[in-house]
Amino acid sequence: MKYITEYRNKDLSHKIANRINNLLKGYKGKISLMEVCGTHTYSIFHSGIMSLLSKEIEHLSGPGCPVCVTPNKYIDTAIAYSHLPDVIITTFGDMIKVPGSTSSLEKEKASGSNVKIIYSPLESLKIAKKNPDKKIVFLGVGFETTAPLVASTILSAKDENIKNFFVLSGHKLIPPAMTALLERKEIKIDGFMCPGHVSAIIGEKPYLSIVKKYGIPSVIIGFEPIDLLEGIEMLIKQITVKKTASLENQYKRVVRKEGNEKALSLINKVFDVKDSPWRGLGLLSKSGLSIKKAYAKFDAETNIVCEIEKTKEHPECLCGEVLCGTKRPYDCTLFAKTCSPENPVGPCMVSSEGTCAAYYKFKK
Amino acid sequence: MKKKNAENKKILLSHGSGGAAMSALVKEMMIDKFDNPTLRRLSDSAVLPPSGNKQLCFTTDSYVINPIFFPGGDIGSLAVNGTVNDLSVMGAKPLYISCSLIIEEGLDMDILDKITTSMEKTSKKANVQIVTGDTKVVERGSADKIFINTAGIGIIQKNTILSTKRIKNGDKIIINGEIGAHGLAVMSKRENFKTNIKSDCASLWGIIETMLSAGGIKFMRDPTRGGVATVLCEIAEQSGFGIQIKEETLPIHDNVSSFSEILGLDPLYIANEGKVIAIVAKDKASSILARMKTNPLGKEASIIGEITKKNKGRVVLETIIGGKRIIDRLTGDQLPRIC
Amino acid sequence: MCLAVPMKLIKIEGNEGIVELSGVKKEISLTLLKDVKIGDYLIIHAGFAIEKLNEEEAKKTLAIWEEIGNL
Repeated sequence: MKYITEYRNKDLSHKIANRINNLLKGYKGKISLMEVCGTHTYSIFHSGIMSLLSKEIEHLSGPGCPVCVTPNKYIDTAIAYSHLPDVIITTFGDMIKVPGSTSSLEKEKASGSNVKIIYSPLESLKIAKKNPDKKIVFLGVGFETTAPLVASTILSAKDENIKNFFVLSGHKLIPPAMTALLERKEIKIDGFMCPGHVSAIIGEKPYLSIVKKYGIPSVIIGFEPIDLLEGIEMLIKQITVKKTASLENQYKRVVRKEGNEKALSLINKVFDVKDSPWRGLGLLSKSGLSIKKAYAKFDAETNIVCEIEKTKEHPECLCGEVLCGTKRPYDCTLFAKTCSPENPVGPCMVSSEGTCAAYYKFKK
Repeated sequence: MKKKNAENKKILLSHGSGGAAMSALVKEMMIDKFDNPTLRRLSDSAVLPPSGNKQLCFTTDSYVINPIFFPGGDIGSLAVNGTVNDLSVMGAKPLYISCSLIIEEGLDMDILDKITTSMEKTSKKANVQIVTGDTKVVERGSADKIFINTAGIGIIQKNTILSTKRIKNGDKIIINGEIGAHGLAVMSKRENFKTNIKSDCASLWGIIETMLSAGGIKFMRDPTRGGVATVLCEIAEQSGFGIQIKEETLPIHDNVSSFSEILGLDPLYIANEGKVIAIVAKDKASSILARMKTNPLGKEASIIGEITKKNKGRVVLETIIGGKRIIDRLTGDQLPRIC
Repeated sequence: MCLAVPMKLIKIEGNEGIVELSGVKKEISLTLLKDVKIGDYLIIHAGFAIEKLNEEEAKKTLAIWEEIGNL
């Protein structure tokens, strides 16, 4: 598999790991590196790289999984729509088990709701054309990597004059979340592992002001084992050797400095930036995307009217704190007891990259 | 707009009502194809020849797969091989199969024809007879096209005792070939990807018989739903030993690897329908492997790990870069993801 | 939210293309990219190409790593 397997070389992995460990010889204390990308969480655990690195390095999983940061209200809204007889919900597989206040799409599907799992948002348009008497509501979750796809899909729907396709936008933006985390002084973050594919869209610029203001070493990192190790080495060098904070790009083969301008223009064309509620972080200023007025006829929120249950949060669920890295899954009274992958209480247990699920599966 | 009349011959409710229509259907679709003296007696139950003092093995499984036709197989071949393999991994030579059909009203007759022909070909290749059966037709919407239940009887071969209790520290873990093909072949049809991945659906008795003849086999299981990972977790839990496997020894074809990457799936959890995992005595592992490689289903046989005293009850994988991670059971099916 | 894989572009049909990886082929949307050509490696996420892989850059780093590997 070209441009994949080359980045999984065992010998090279060990060489880089040894270099990292040498840099840490004699280092006193722990270095906390936070990644804000669910795929990074998964890749780190899947490759087993942490077992090659010194214990001085602590890996924190931040709020980078769209499933984990989606608040109950969004799921409750999707579930309410799914109860309408003329609605078909289309969604990425990630969302199907996420618990809302009282139920999940998986449970509602079993009770008769029409919920389809799709690989690409474009499949929603195909379903819409095949079912002209139904309303197809696509659950638009994901960060800057996925938002341009949804923007493009809305534009295609407009060009093809599709009248029964809607998007429930739950898209969120990564840099505001990073800022919010850094503002919380109780969280000790020594370096950021910046998400490689989000960065492919947004480029380097959005991170620069954060690095400057907070003096936080940051590296844009890819997802293969060698990418992860190389990126961690770059961070450790900044922290232990250079002792300065800067933004570096490890994933140059994919991430351009200016990002993907065409994708960014599509986001700007279709979406407005708005304040958005994040599980665990609360309402963050200018951190989410809502559909512009010009495309209002594709906005599920303005076109589909129904009663949505009152949002309830489980009082003992620590997903919010776990997402921010202030608590570990073990600190939660529900972890591995009431809350498990079979019966998740909060989203951190649902997604394969959700911190709690990852801990449950890979570490236990 | 006036609906067009049904063009193809369809299964009707009357085909399940026990009358002439049903007799004709059963004769054409099953009796004439599966064709053996026991079946032709058309008795309420199949009377089988005595088996002396040999130990019998009995299993059943139901098949509800969708889509019913997929690259490398169909619900019919799956229904025969699945049950044949459940007997085979117990060390039992499969002999007799029952075939129970639940058909949705309106299914094209052509489709039933293709499925029962496939069952006939598969049972011949597996050297088993389909000796009894049943046919029901349910109203449209009450079943998804066709469901098949097969039960099977086999005879456990002499001196074959397969049990997790026989597993010891140091035993080796062998698989007969590449993993993940079946589940992805089915998924490729559902997700509209073009791949050359074919289901590995096949009867395992031939290769298992070869393996048993070498001696040293402690336990076997076929990694169907839930894949290799699930079987290994079960073995670790039941035996009380730890299992250590090496990612670099897992036989995975490039196309399976790639397709899994694209969908965000782990091949270790993907269903196989022509694979057997065997726990074997350390000193017999090489000779068993050599014998397996002489069989068409064993060309890519590989020793993928071993039983250990460490990490009791757990499965630990050494990753491709030499790191370590724990392999755990899945909850529910793997789903394609974006994250 | 970052699951994406490099696949080779083997056909272009207007705004759509067909990409391939180890014999696995998929129709994808090219609406997020400009100036792609057959043979390019594209990063594919949920049925869309989100970036073109910079092969020169990739080869540069792979060469450096090969050197490290040989040390």
